[in-house]
Amino acid sequence: MDLSIKLIVFLPLLAAMIAGLGGRMIGKMPAKLVTTGALFLSCFLSWPIFFGFLTGSNAETVVPVLDFINSGDLSVDWALRVDTLTAVMLVVVTTVSSLVHLYSWGYMEEDPSQPRFFAYLSLFTFAMLMLVTADSLVQMFFGWEGVGLASYLLIGFWYHKPSANAAAIKAFVVNRVGDFGFSLGIFGAFLVFGTVSIPAILAAAPDMAGSTIGFAGMRVDTLTLICLLLFVGAMGKSAQLGLHTWLPDAMEGPTPVSALIHAATMVTAGVFMVCRLSPLFETSQHALDVVTYVGAATAIFAATVGTVQNDIKRVIAYSTCSQLGYMFFAAGVGAYGAAMFHLFTHAFFKALLFLGAGSVIHAMHHEQDMRFYGGLRKKIPLTFWAMMAGTLAITGVGVIGVFGFAGFYSKDAILESAFAAGTTPGGVAFFIGILAALLTSFYSWRLVFLTFFGKARWAGSEHIQHAVHHVHEDESEMAADHDSAHDHDVKAVEGTAGYHPHESPWTMLVPLGVLALGAVFAGFGFHHHFFGEEGTAFWAGSLAFDEHLVHAAHEVPLWVKLAPGLVMLTGLAIAYQNYIRDPDAPRRFVEHFSGLHNFLMHKWYFDELYHVLFVKPALWLGRVLWKRGDEQTIDRFGPHGAATVVGLGNKLTARLQSGYVYSYALVMLLGLIAAASWAFWWAR
Amino acid sequence: MEFPILSILILLPLVAGIAVLFMGANAARWTALLTTLACFVLGIVLWANYQIGGPRWQFVEYAEFAQGALVPAWALGIDGIALMLIMLSVFLMPICIGASWRAIQNRVPEYMAAFLLMEALMIGVFAAQDLMLFYIFFEGGLIPMYLIIGIWGGVEKIKAAYKFFLYTLAGSVLMLVAMLYMVLTAGTSFIPDLMAYDFAPGVQWWLWLAFFASFAVKMPMWPVHTWLPDAHVQAPTAGSVILAGVLLKMGGYGFVRFSLPMFPDASADFVPLVFGLSGIAVVYTSLVALVQKDMKKLIAYSSVAHMAFVTFGLFAFNRQGIEGALVVMLSHGLVSGALFLCVGVIYDRLHTREIARYGGLADNMPGYALLFLLFTMASVGLPGTSGFVGEFLALVGTYEMSSWGAIVATTGIILGAAYMLWLYWRICYGTQKNADAAAMPDLDKREWLLLAPIAAVVMWMGVYPESFLAPMRDDVGLLLERLETAAPEGDAHLTEGDPSAAAAEAEHHEDAHAAGEAAQ
Repeated sequence: MDLSIKLIVFLPLLAAMIAGLGGRMIGKMPAKLVTTGALFLSCFLSWPIFFGFLTGSNAETVVPVLDFINSGDLSVDWALRVDTLTAVMLVVVTTVSSLVHLYSWGYMEEDPSQPRFFAYLSLFTFAMLMLVTADSLVQMFFGWEGVGLASYLLIGFWYHKPSANAAAIKAFVVNRVGDFGFSLGIFGAFLVFGTVSIPAILAAAPDMAGSTIGFAGMRVDTLTLICLLLFVGAMGKSAQLGLHTWLPDAMEGPTPVSALIHAATMVTAGVFMVCRLSPLFETSQHALDVVTYVGAATAIFAATVGTVQNDIKRVIAYSTCSQLGYMFFAAGVGAYGAAMFHLFTHAFFKALLFLGAGSVIHAMHHEQDMRFYGGLRKKIPLTFWAMMAGTLAITGVGVIGVFGFAGFYSKDAILESAFAAGTTPGGVAFFIGILAALLTSFYSWRLVFLTFFGKARWAGSEHIQHAVHHVHEDESEMAADHDSAHDHDVKAVEGTAGYHPHESPWTMLVPLGVLALGAVFAGFGFHHHFFGEEGTAFWAGSLAFDEHLVHAAHEVPLWVKLAPGLVMLTGLAIAYQNYIRDPDAPRRFVEHFSGLHNFLMHKWYFDELYHVLFVKPALWLGRVLWKRGDEQTIDRFGPHGAATVVGLGNKLTARLQSGYVYSYALVMLLGLIAAASWAFWWAR
Repeated sequence: MEFPILSILILLPLVAGIAVLFMGANAARWTALLTTLACFVLGIVLWANYQIGGPRWQFVEYAEFAQGALVPAWALGIDGIALMLIMLSVFLMPICIGASWRAIQNRVPEYMAAFLLMEALMIGVFAAQDLMLFYIFFEGGLIPMYLIIGIWGGVEKIKAAYKFFLYTLAGSVLMLVAMLYMVLTAGTSFIPDLMAYDFAPGVQWWLWLAFFASFAVKMPMWPVHTWLPDAHVQAPTAGSVILAGVLLKMGGYGFVRFSLPMFPDASADFVPLVFGLSGIAVVYTSLVALVQKDMKKLIAYSSVAHMAFVTFGLFAFNRQGIEGALVVMLSHGLVSGALFLCVGVIYDRLHTREIARYGGLADNMPGYALLFLLFTMASVGLPGTSGFVGEFLALVGTYEMSSWGAIVATTGIILGAAYMLWLYWRICYGTQKNADAAAMPDLDKREWLLLAPIAAVVMWMGVYPESFLAPMRDDVGLLLERLETAAPEGDAHLTEGDPSAAAAEAEHHEDAHAAGEAAQ
């Protein structure tokens, strides 16, 4: 297994280097072949490892690679750790990544810098694999920042677009705010435990229970402090409320990127971290409560915003944010198995939804606004059915005890655990989760109805008009660039404008098909292992699996079990009523409740608030410190003041000719000689 | 007698520096390049022969000119810390000469002579074992730098050179007085002896402050940093490289060599002062860097912020902090040097440092965009580059001493990302606004030769820092032994928990579950 682990992790790096550095030399096709081939190889090597853990024939291994940092007690190695938790992430990452690579053959067909794109994708995969195989917090941080870099590069891939650049920087900087917490958490963990090795910290954590530590002048509970600092990092990466603002903007990147990074893998790193460190989090009830509340708040916040978005990708982005909230509150109530289960199923159906959306965007000539879609069901039937599979999975359609789509198992497991936990945070999270499930169902079906049903409304789209009337120059760069908050006055015009959408090529359809299989069967196939009777054996100590909670979750009252299905149907009914039966209803609703609509349209005004609170003051302060601080205070009383005192004066300084340079040098030299001679004389 | 490699490393560039004065421009260039390359080879020999775990001072040489404690003796010798800094100097020097190959067209022999003289003095600073000899090298290094800014500098070179002169002179006068006092009190000017000499605590304060005046300016620390942006902006590219790469390291080296081991008690007492100034520097200069419109000024301000990590780490009084600070010094020398070279590359083409004049360079200069990205990422401390290792260790150490210090210092990673990525966006990304910027050719062979080696070392130090930490490990250990009695306690005060309370907590948890089950 050791060799295949190394290959899984380092093949993508090798491929990224070949495609990235040699892309110009070897050309487009070889670069695509190398990266995609490497990823499929990684993927084929990962599944046997996962099945090995599933059947219990594999045991935890750590493959050492190289020394990294050694400084006194602080010793970090490059090492690849694989246990059940990692194996789950390995299959998720390599599967989605290889499919996204393949999908990009079709989606990025016309882009001039494909080698660069594929190199970034593979580089991202490498960093993500380093993150999930980390044996120490420092290596996890390496992967953490590595995926951040790849995300930055890919969001800003179309670097001519100012909006893409702004989004890329925003993603990096907001993530850095999270990393600020993560770093301090690592420092604190090292201070307390004397090591940054994850297994050593988890082993030592229970002994530290109840200890206190000084932090910024306060005395606080040691373990709560460390957990919360680390959790700030998780909030940044997983776009939780407060640090979520970068994720919707990240949709500026090409759609395959959104599927891979901003849905299936990178954004789940925070959930992975909390699960990986679950024995540590288990030592601090306060920290877990915070995780629960933040997760629940994010779930509902993002779901509300998702209901009013018009950009198809932004709807799915907010949906991702909301689903991540579910995963966090699952972890917060101690149901780590359920959190990982939802992470697993979500990876399939959310990647599917994004790639499906990409296929729609491809068919609609880079139009992303759903108000210009409609009636696409017959035109792109395969994409339609793939999207249907994803929608059935995310809304959690299924019949108890018979069969359900992926989300049916994992989301229900989360909601039932939250209820079964019996704590106040658990109860709050349960009811918020139910409400968010209603909204999830509503916005997901709204998306489907607006896109695939009703009459064609393509005529109003500039992109479609372009496609029909002009030969466009640089197609890929014309991807829609709306800020949904500022385009109220778009007029949807019915009609096809003579445009003929066509189904995507096989390179894009095959990944959709594979992921659709996952969205249909991933829940049914694995729920016994992830969050069922076989959980303890399956996880084998790689996360804090609570058997009692699983039992309790399976024995919740019937109404709790039925509630998710009920709200799902309610959401579907509302969406059906408003977007199929009475398409004019949303407009009337908006007119009636314009305040609420504005509030949601502006995403609860987070961006505006942060701009006023952080961005503007930072720039203002920078200018003040520079002009008033450096130039008018320090320089005035420092060097210029000194000049005045010694009689040189500013006027004289200004009049100095370059000839004086030599005089000064001479003065310095003479000074040196004088000092030396004086020393000689003194010592004589 | 052994092969006097340190003397040769100092005398070779000195002799060559005098010789080039009598040559033509081209001969001067080649002589300077070959001399610096020879020094680099000698540096590799030095590193290869340096015994890790061997005696503390190696390659020792000693000769006296005359009797008397205040007479400088030709006492040379290096430990691992000095070795690494000498390596940094001899590595950057040929790159500086290469960077000036075409950019400097007038008074070439004098220019090359100044650089060679500078190299001799820099190596001398790190190799000197005699206090007076150190002083001569330390202050002497200012003269060539001063000339480089004042003669080959930009439009406002006089103002910049003047500021540089005033600041550094003011600091060094105080240091000289303190040095004379020390030599007379201790009766020796031999640095290894002085490092073991215990000055009275009351005296230590004054001596520490006098040295601090000089090193804080060199570092530079807030608020005596304002000479640096001007000096960088006006200096020619190679001048900036050597200024940021090596001269700024002399302050940190001074703290490690003098302030900490010679005045351990005073150093401990002044931790709040150093942490306070460093904390202000990180936030203050990062914010100022955010609003700069001149590329070089931006990177200069970022240097001040980065050097604050050095002072944080050094005064953390623990291994992670000090080793981290030393790695930050090496890393910053490489990365900021490379960033100034990157500025130089496009300055040579367009003759402006104004950020707004560029944009979209990733289109016409993809190779440049790649390397600039690498150095930008190293500057913001991305793991896998040299910037991370040093910053991480320094901050770990800082946290052990003061959580406040670590909190403030760590904000630097947020602000640093903001100003560097914004700079990168405005230079390399976006659309091309100016035809002349859009017409610039990508890196030529010479420029690749200058930047690629730095890129390789930056990655090496980021992935396998052990090569650089190993030679310095024992020396940091000895320094820590010296500091042990004085080291102040950190603010964490970790107290063991009350086991009964912990048990109650756990019980509470169990109860919660039981309640959950009961609820059904």
